[in-house]
Amino acid sequence: MKPNSNKGKTFDSGFQNLKTAEKLNSNNMVEIRDLHFTRNSRVIFEGVNITVPRGKVTAVMGPSGSGKTTLLRLIGGQLIPDRGTVLVEGQEIPELSRDQLYRARRQMGMLFQSGALFSDLNVFENVAFPLREHTQLPESMIRDLVLMKLQAVGLRGARELMPSELSGGMARRVALARALAMDPSLIMFDEPFAGQDPISMGVLVQLIRLLNDALKMTTIIVSHDVQETTSIADYIYVIADGRVVGSGTPETLMQDGAAWVQQFMQGLPDGPVPFHYPAQDYSNDLWGDVV
Amino acid sequence: MILIKRMQLLGRSGLSFMGDIGRASLFLYQALVGKPDWVHGFGRLVQQLYSVGVLSLIIIVLSALFIGMVLGLQGYTILVKFGAEHALGQLIALSLVRELGPVVGALLFAGRAGSALTAEIGLMKTTEQLSSMEMMGIDPLRRIIAPRFWAGQISMPVLALIFNCVAILGGYTVGVEWLGVDTGAFWANMQSAVDFYADVMNGIIKSVVFGTVITWIAVFQGIDCPPTSEGIGRATTRTVVYSSLAILGLDFFLTAVMFGET
Repeated sequence: MKPNSNKGKTFDSGFQNLKTAEKLNSNNMVEIRDLHFTRNSRVIFEGVNITVPRGKVTAVMGPSGSGKTTLLRLIGGQLIPDRGTVLVEGQEIPELSRDQLYRARRQMGMLFQSGALFSDLNVFENVAFPLREHTQLPESMIRDLVLMKLQAVGLRGARELMPSELSGGMARRVALARALAMDPSLIMFDEPFAGQDPISMGVLVQLIRLLNDALKMTTIIVSHDVQETTSIADYIYVIADGRVVGSGTPETLMQDGAAWVQQFMQGLPDGPVPFHYPAQDYSNDLWGDVV
Repeated sequence: MILIKRMQLLGRSGLSFMGDIGRASLFLYQALVGKPDWVHGFGRLVQQLYSVGVLSLIIIVLSALFIGMVLGLQGYTILVKFGAEHALGQLIALSLVRELGPVVGALLFAGRAGSALTAEIGLMKTTEQLSSMEMMGIDPLRRIIAPRFWAGQISMPVLALIFNCVAILGGYTVGVEWLGVDTGAFWANMQSAVDFYADVMNGIIKSVVFGTVITWIAVFQGIDCPPTSEGIGRATTRTVVYSSLAILGLDFFLTAVMFGET
């Protein structure tokens, strides 16, 4: 019985590998196909297709509430889609077991909008946290690694500070250093520029591009800051109403004729997204009871 | 129509309640089952024993002292009418060991440690600290919830025992030192009336059950709260209310099982 079951296992795993190889184009880090997701009966995505090439900076843009952060959570396996596939490095994220998912996440870094630093740990300990949890490295090596990551984001001198003592921009840079601690192959940024002063914004823009190229990572940025995002993204997807309404390089997207894309990229007050919230006729509303 | 609507509402509430119980049970299972991390786990447990247990000591000790003193005073004024003031030690010890120690200790524990646990975990959720932990490949249920749960489990019986000891000392101070009950009679009656297994152990079992329920409610409310300041406030209130009701309800049930036949 034993040899037979082993044979079956080998065949199964070989078949699985074959299927995975077919599924993933090795040039792509993330492939999302026919994604459908609904939350509390509200449709967030219906049939979204997105490809994130390896080693590139890919941006996902769209107005507030269009599901950009939800998309990152679907890629990270924090949410399960109703239908469709989410492949990261060939692994179908929604089908992974709890342990497999946690292992897969060690290769992903995510920078949250709020920074999400642990408020009871100082800057050094925040960055050291994933290293302490996932590795058995000696303390001297952890110290060196943490200082290298902090040097990369320009905050080596702030290692003793607590998160409450940091400015918004500094907190995001510390969070970036922490996200880089395990040298992930994929890093995701959730609204990295929101609420930043021009200097912090400039620092973050430069850091994202430089780190992506220097560490040969794949980057996904979710943002609605058009100028900053177009300056560093290799490819952009614009999402609205649960689908991709435009995609291309920053240059081609600026020339895109689609009304939706133009309204978003140019920041026009009226268009497919109307200025006025749906209401009854204005004159009727004002004079209806008089007439 | 009104009757049907009310029945629908009742049905919905019942389903929602059962859903909550199911989610809370699954949550507890996921937090506790799995490979324990002994290397880091012990340090985290000690840290939580400090914040959940040691920091609750002041309120437990002070409350126990006053409750013991009130018991001594009230007990004496009643017993002296029957010339039975020598039984004061017995009255104080049995009241405390069987009921007041575990129950009042648990109510105080729910108010201090339970609410703090819910607020802490709720704030971690609101500031996306738990999400960021998940995205680092670290399970927050094992890293954050499990040590807090075990710390609550361990702390509660110890706090109840401390409560009993301090309250007995409070009763002794009032009864013997102030009101003049004979010291020998006070301790001898207590010693002969209190049975280690029937009284002390049953009291400890009660406090273990209360500790489990309080910390379970507290950590679940924290992780299940809507990530807003209002959500944290409501979750904290729910922890104290649900825990208090659960303690009093379970106390009746446990008392009936433990002492109902005697």
